[in-house]
Amino acid sequence: MSQRFAIQTEGLGRVYQLKRKRGETAPKTLVALEGVDSEVKQGELFGLLGPNGAGKTTLIKILTTLLLPTSGRALVDGIDIVQDPQEVRRRINMVSGGETCGYGLLTVEENLWMFTQFYGLTDRVARERINEMLEVVGLSDRRKTKSHFLSTGMKQKMNFARGFLNDPQILFLDEPTLGLDVQTSRVLRDFVKRWVRERPGKTLLLTTHYMAEADELCDRVAIIDKGKILACDTPANLKRRLQRASIFKLQTTPLEMSNRFSDLPGVSKFIEHQRNGHTELNFILENENVLVKILDAVQAGGGHLLSLEKREPTLEDVFIDLVGRGFGDEETPLEVEK
Amino acid sequence: MSTESIKMNNWHESARSFRVATWLGWQIESNWTEPFLFMIYAIARPVASALILVFMYMVIAQGGMGHPLFAYIYLGNAFYIYVASVMIGISWTVTDDREHYGILKYIYAAPIQVYFYLLGRGVAKTLTATVAVVITLAFGMLVLRIPYDFLAMNHALFWATFFLGLGALALMGILLAGVALITARHSGFIGEAVAGALYLFCGAVFPLDVLPQPLQYIGLSLPLTYWLEGLRRAVLRESISPLLAPISNEIILVILLGATLVLGLASLGFYRWCEHRAKEKGLIDMQTMY
Repeated sequence: MSQRFAIQTEGLGRVYQLKRKRGETAPKTLVALEGVDSEVKQGELFGLLGPNGAGKTTLIKILTTLLLPTSGRALVDGIDIVQDPQEVRRRINMVSGGETCGYGLLTVEENLWMFTQFYGLTDRVARERINEMLEVVGLSDRRKTKSHFLSTGMKQKMNFARGFLNDPQILFLDEPTLGLDVQTSRVLRDFVKRWVRERPGKTLLLTTHYMAEADELCDRVAIIDKGKILACDTPANLKRRLQRASIFKLQTTPLEMSNRFSDLPGVSKFIEHQRNGHTELNFILENENVLVKILDAVQAGGGHLLSLEKREPTLEDVFIDLVGRGFGDEETPLEVEK
Repeated sequence: MSTESIKMNNWHESARSFRVATWLGWQIESNWTEPFLFMIYAIARPVASALILVFMYMVIAQGGMGHPLFAYIYLGNAFYIYVASVMIGISWTVTDDREHYGILKYIYAAPIQVYFYLLGRGVAKTLTATVAVVITLAFGMLVLRIPYDFLAMNHALFWATFFLGLGALALMGILLAGVALITARHSGFIGEAVAGALYLFCGAVFPLDVLPQPLQYIGLSLPLTYWLEGLRRAVLRESISPLLAPISNEIILVILLGATLVLGLASLGFYRWCEHRAKEKGLIDMQTMY
């Protein structure tokens, strides 16, 4: 660990001890992170992409000094998060999306002002930053409203604004647009992009399970599942893995025994969902010729083709290719009996 | 970074943690209702609790409010308001910030000194408790005609005891905050349970002498016992408890000072340990009650 990175982890692991249920004798553990090695360069907008329960939030909690790792090591701005957590906190901030935290008895402005004081900002700088961030999140006209009276979305925006107040060296955004409407999400994404571009040397680690968000924002993306990083590269390079593959989405009338598709030669990966009374099939094929066999199999299964779409590879396809299931087909993290 | 600048950083962070937490505590304490209702609440609550004690005493002692024991009991009960307010107030901060406001993790991720943050949050509780104590004592003097003479009291003993005791209470609050940090569930009840137990053992409403001897030892090991004894001696200018009477005022102060110092070290060490355990177990942002 000689070269200075904004974030660097080496064999980072986190295992939770679970409470035993009545009648259980063996202690249970839950592996949230396992041997995570990663390096995030200074000035980079780095994405962690994975389904719920993949270990993204656990990683952020460790890097923001809220949780201790059970193995390995992590440096934030070159500082060991276990050895000197206070020094780490002076350089970071974090926002967890989907949260409605804040002191309800304080106004929006007071909630934000309080945090500027925790970060040691002068009153003038604090006022400027608060004004700027309220403008960004569209809460300028609500600055004197007690946060108790804000809607859930507004509280989330206030929390988002809080994260940028100290202009941190490294910012952690954990699902920042979770639960927000499309328009607001777009505004926040644009701001995030601008924030990194206009401040050379500032680093942003973003976790998301929205592919488009990771694709649009991130310089590099690490795909994480079951606590392990499976791949890490630029979104373009990750998608290039599937350059030679053909990706199709089919919608058919309800099919039975659709798992027969995975046996067909030339089918690399195959995911099936039942949606709104029809079957949706996603294929990653070695070449387009395999499609004929698939259509035959649909017909043999008593189904009728409703729609057929050929797509460019997305990050979700990369995930499917790596893991063999989609983001919607979530699995809980690995539980192991000791 | 040099050792000097680290110390400077820590000092600045401690000072602003305390300052902002004091402001925040006051906002939370005073903003929950209209000022008029807040005033009514601030007056009605201590007077009502004082009256409960008065009526209990009247029934049990068949009147006799002129007895020195009544002044002794009333004074201890009045100052005990601080115990519940300061100690529970500080420890409740952890539960409140984590469970109710969901903000503890953001406070923890900020460069604050949590120890000073918690002490700051206790200041507003101390101020409102002071109002309640003054009202209770004024009610006792004006309505119940208890002959307290605060002008003629032993001022040196009173103020030294008073501030040492408040310090001890705040440090006990930090200890309980540590417990609250590692017991995510039901942590709200811990403060009340401890305050209730202390009420029994520290001679708040009766002299320690009436307790069985093994329980007297518990009382003698508590700094609050010496705090209340010191305050009573300062105001009443005598000790009613045969058990504590042989101890001089100076020794009472030394015991209180020693206990406060020990509590300071213990609370710092214990809170750090609890913090470490909470980070090990992932409890800093655990929400279980709401």
